[in-house]
Amino acid sequence: MKSDKNTLFQGDQVRGALVQSFIKLDPRILFRNPVMFTVEIGTVVMLVVTVFSLFNKEQGSFGYNFTIFIVLFITVLFANFAEAIAEARGKAQAESLRKTREETPARLLVDGKESLVMSSQLKKGDVFVCETGDNIPTDGEIIEGIATIDESAITGESAPVIRESGGDKSSVTGGTKVLSDRIKVIVTTQPGESFLDKMIALVEGASRQKTPNEIALTILLAGFTLIFVIVCVTLKPFADYANTPITIAAFISLFVCLIPTTIGGLLSAIGIAGMDRALRANVITKSGKAVETAGDLDTLLLDKTGTITIGNRKATNFYPANGVNKKDFVTACVLSSLADETPEGKSIIELASQGEEKAIISAPANSVFIKFTAETRSSGLDTPDGIRIRKGAFDSIRNIALKAGNIFPNEVEEAVKNISSNGGTPLVVSQNESVLGVIELQDIIKPGIAERFERLRKMGVKTVMVTGDNPLTAKFIANKAGVDDFIAEAKPEDKMNYIKKEQQGGKLVAMMGDGTNDAPALAQADVGVAMNSGTQAAKEAGNMVDLDNDPTKLIEIVEIGKQLLMTRGTLTTFSIANDVAKYFAIVPALFMVSIPSLRALNIMDLHSPQSAILSAVIFNAIIIPMLIPLALRGVEYKPIGASALLRRNLLIYGLGGVLIPFLGIKLIDIIVGTMV
Amino acid sequence: MNTEYLGIIFMYLLTIAIAIPMGKYIAKVFKGEKTWFDFMAPLEMLIFKLSGIDPTREMNWKQHLKALLTINAVWLFYAFFCLLFQAHLPLNPDHNPSQTLDLAFNTALSFLTNTNLQDYSGESGATYYTQLFVFMFLHFVSASTGLAAMMVIFKAMKDKVADKLGNFWDFLVKGITRLLLPLSFLVAVILAFNGTPTSFKGKDTVIGLQGDTVHVSRGPAAAMIAIKQTGTNGGGWFGVNSAHPFENPNYLTNIVENVSIIAIPIALVFALGFYLNKKKLAWVIFGVMTVGFLIMLFPSVIAEVGGNPAIAHMGVGQPGGAMEGKEVRFGAAASAYWGITTTVTSNGSVNAMHDSMMPVSGLAQMFDMMINAFYGGVGVGFMNFYIFIIIAVFISGLMVGRTPEFMGRKIEAREMKIASLIALLHPFIILVGTSIAAYVLVHFPNAAWATKPSAWLNNPGFHGFTEMLYQYTSSAANNGSGYAGLTANNIFWNVSTGIIIFVGRFFPIIGPVAIAGILANKKFVPESAGTLKTDTATFGIMIFAVIFIVAALSFFPALTLGPIAEHFSLK
Repeated sequence: MKSDKNTLFQGDQVRGALVQSFIKLDPRILFRNPVMFTVEIGTVVMLVVTVFSLFNKEQGSFGYNFTIFIVLFITVLFANFAEAIAEARGKAQAESLRKTREETPARLLVDGKESLVMSSQLKKGDVFVCETGDNIPTDGEIIEGIATIDESAITGESAPVIRESGGDKSSVTGGTKVLSDRIKVIVTTQPGESFLDKMIALVEGASRQKTPNEIALTILLAGFTLIFVIVCVTLKPFADYANTPITIAAFISLFVCLIPTTIGGLLSAIGIAGMDRALRANVITKSGKAVETAGDLDTLLLDKTGTITIGNRKATNFYPANGVNKKDFVTACVLSSLADETPEGKSIIELASQGEEKAIISAPANSVFIKFTAETRSSGLDTPDGIRIRKGAFDSIRNIALKAGNIFPNEVEEAVKNISSNGGTPLVVSQNESVLGVIELQDIIKPGIAERFERLRKMGVKTVMVTGDNPLTAKFIANKAGVDDFIAEAKPEDKMNYIKKEQQGGKLVAMMGDGTNDAPALAQADVGVAMNSGTQAAKEAGNMVDLDNDPTKLIEIVEIGKQLLMTRGTLTTFSIANDVAKYFAIVPALFMVSIPSLRALNIMDLHSPQSAILSAVIFNAIIIPMLIPLALRGVEYKPIGASALLRRNLLIYGLGGVLIPFLGIKLIDIIVGTMV
Repeated sequence: MNTEYLGIIFMYLLTIAIAIPMGKYIAKVFKGEKTWFDFMAPLEMLIFKLSGIDPTREMNWKQHLKALLTINAVWLFYAFFCLLFQAHLPLNPDHNPSQTLDLAFNTALSFLTNTNLQDYSGESGATYYTQLFVFMFLHFVSASTGLAAMMVIFKAMKDKVADKLGNFWDFLVKGITRLLLPLSFLVAVILAFNGTPTSFKGKDTVIGLQGDTVHVSRGPAAAMIAIKQTGTNGGGWFGVNSAHPFENPNYLTNIVENVSIIAIPIALVFALGFYLNKKKLAWVIFGVMTVGFLIMLFPSVIAEVGGNPAIAHMGVGQPGGAMEGKEVRFGAAASAYWGITTTVTSNGSVNAMHDSMMPVSGLAQMFDMMINAFYGGVGVGFMNFYIFIIIAVFISGLMVGRTPEFMGRKIEAREMKIASLIALLHPFIILVGTSIAAYVLVHFPNAAWATKPSAWLNNPGFHGFTEMLYQYTSSAANNGSGYAGLTANNIFWNVSTGIIIFVGRFFPIIGPVAIAGILANKKFVPESAGTLKTDTATFGIMIFAVIFIVAALSFFPALTLGPIAEHFSLK
């Protein structure tokens, strides 16, 4: 279900997040975020100083201390709000998916007897029945029957799909609706343990684990925080030596401004927003790490059918033999395909009706349709007038012709060879055992897919096509679609071996799959995306589930992963670059009064020491909410090559991070300066 | 004035011209390829045979560190006891006394760690035995220790090495026999021919023009001076170091000595390029270091050549620039150039009194040591730079949307933990040391130390603060130069700087070697279009930004109260 509410802040979410911002003040919760935790300690100290300043003016006026206290308090709240709003958005997204499946009646089957229970009472291993018009109460696997199912509630795709027991299309999802027939389904998840439930827990924070990369960044940020603890603590004896009294408010302001509060405040929001973006793309991720890994992928394994090509071969050309009228040939082709229910057969009729011939032909009455058998490897029809039309593979029709004493025309054989070497499949048509010509079938490559592969290549991701075709055909399609490599005549274990080989070379591999025989490869892959329509085994093995069953989804997932890392990196850079301006605001303010020559450092020409310090902390606070939209949406990824991307982001977030606070602090000072 | 500028431009270009082929040579030595000095091989084999070492046994990073720390501990005790009892050891023609406990502690650590902070004066505080067999010995082995540790990192950056990181003893010995010894020999010969003493006789007695008797210290100085320049040691024979007319007799020796200061540190950057066959990366690193070096050099040269505004204010002309504390035979520009080269490289030898230089020079010199990675000490300079590379790779990797990787290995939490700690350590020890000194000075001015804290500083105010900050910065950076205005030979300074010297040496060796070792054991990720290339100008800018921001941000308040305040007060 695609969300149509894409605005970042919605009333109810904001209200909930505001409440959460206060709940998250609990030091036991805030402890997980070392940067903001130290700000909270600073806030508490300022509260004490503020109360103290009611009785004693040694630490500055009450109003000044109180203002600093309030600004610091708001800084912590802003950071909490960023995390809370990200959680609220992710949760809302997941909830809207969950609502579709809540509390529907289920027809539980026990010992052959049906009883009506609520879906929440279904346990793993229970069996229930669904018939036309029933909502499927929970996730499960069909153990008996076949049905058409409307999955639009989950995937947004209106066309019904067929699900049947056995095989790879046996999985049903709670919240979808049976349109026809009757199925028996075994429940595969405990209540509250479906993928969706797991994802909601992940977003809510209870089970949210920091990803390896997030941990590494937190360590670096903690390191920066520690450096500034040292800078501020040692400043006290330095100032004593220089006979410069520094107030506690000034110390704490300097400290809070220097530590990377901007990224510290937004770090968890960025992570949650990444999972949320995945969910908006209708992908359920089983861990935050999977999203992050997606950004690092080196190799994508893609099935040819359905991903790269439209799915089935289509007729693209008719080549009559010499001396055969093209119109007659097309007519014969259509006749031979009328009873052919395969997509290839249908495409022949389609091509004939659309081509220059505009051939709309129906079979003469009382014709006998000859079905395709593995023995004859041809199909066709016999008319009452005694015309026998056959269509089949090259060697089977040649056999028919040669047996009847007819020759196989050279030009047709030539055409057959050409078609094969161009990745197509030739189908030869004969009438009364003499060859009429050849039909060319080709794989149709999805429009736009070559551009997407090009984009992936620019990101440094190698694409590999997996197909059951022979190497020649595979190579042709691979070239045409622009994939980097292919596995032809692929057996399930070939995928596994390819993944292992790539991984041994240090690469991260992703694949998409749905069948039970894909499960080992899905588990082996660094990112395994199971289709929601796939078997339970596949879904358990992968680390993401795609609700849309869209094989090209991997491309989006890669970009979401990259965006996640980039947002972290750019905001870290921005946060640290901000310190330059903050230093030039606060350091002169600390010493200007007792060392007048240091006025030279007041390059922003700030109004007074108090207004300078206030402006810096206010800037430090408001930059957090101003960057929340960026944290939630993510920094835009452009496949322009790593160095160009670094240049771009260094310019925007590095240089911007140095310059913007100079402007911001000066502006705030102009306003604050008139009030102090 | 123009010739003064030409002099320093010539010195720098000469250094580069020497450093590039030297880098190629160093790479060849450690790759085991044929070089000119292969005739040293029998000597090396003899050393290995006598010590029972198999130089072909590959070590992992932990074994390397164990070997390094063990042998350093042995040297430390050897040096400490020699200094404590030097009066009773041979080769003491001037009958100099033994060092006190705290001085011996400081001096032994100082020389062991390639720092050479000298709280004593060579003429009276050491004997020929300790000068030669403690100090000069440590000059060689401490420089080679840095070299060996760096070689572990070079080796670890190669593909598919895992735990096979070469042999520590092999690196250590070859660093001396193939590089330091031949180079020092050459420099020593030049110095000896230009008048630097090479005699085992004691003090000479001269009757001055006024008719009074002057005792002139001598000694086998040329050999030691050569290695103290080439090995980024800095601990000279005479108290005033290369400002002494024996230690640095003329402009020619000044050129030779100054080129020696930065030749090996620069050569090692190129050696990286040749060793890993990543010449572009070497040029990027060299570029970043050189930009940092020049940013510090220009203001310092301009300030010294321009003269002191306070003197100019009195209407006194200063045609030679700010000449207080400088040698007329070198001039203002060459003194400023030496001051910057000796601080960027953690050498610490001086040819002028840094205490007398302009506040801008003091700022630049301290900033060099606070960063300690623009060229840097032999081996260790690159290792400090390596930490900055790791941090820069991490941040910029995130910025391009890919888990950061360097040389094909992913950088994760464990490496970041080490890198953060090492990056944190340097400001920590400098700031905490200085703050304790400032605290003691303010609150216990008359405590019964060997020297009363109130008498520590020759200058009050900002300059006095700079004297303390400089001392700890120099100790932490293992530089060894000092502001002569600080009375440092007492228990407080000997012990506190001794501890900082020790911490500032060994942790920044352990950290990078550990990171490199851990990375070497990781799966090698081949480069793709999404990989961030580290051998580009863009990445160079990134490293530079990280270095400047990490250093500038942590030291800005301290520098404000020292040289910056002094500079703006100087009218």
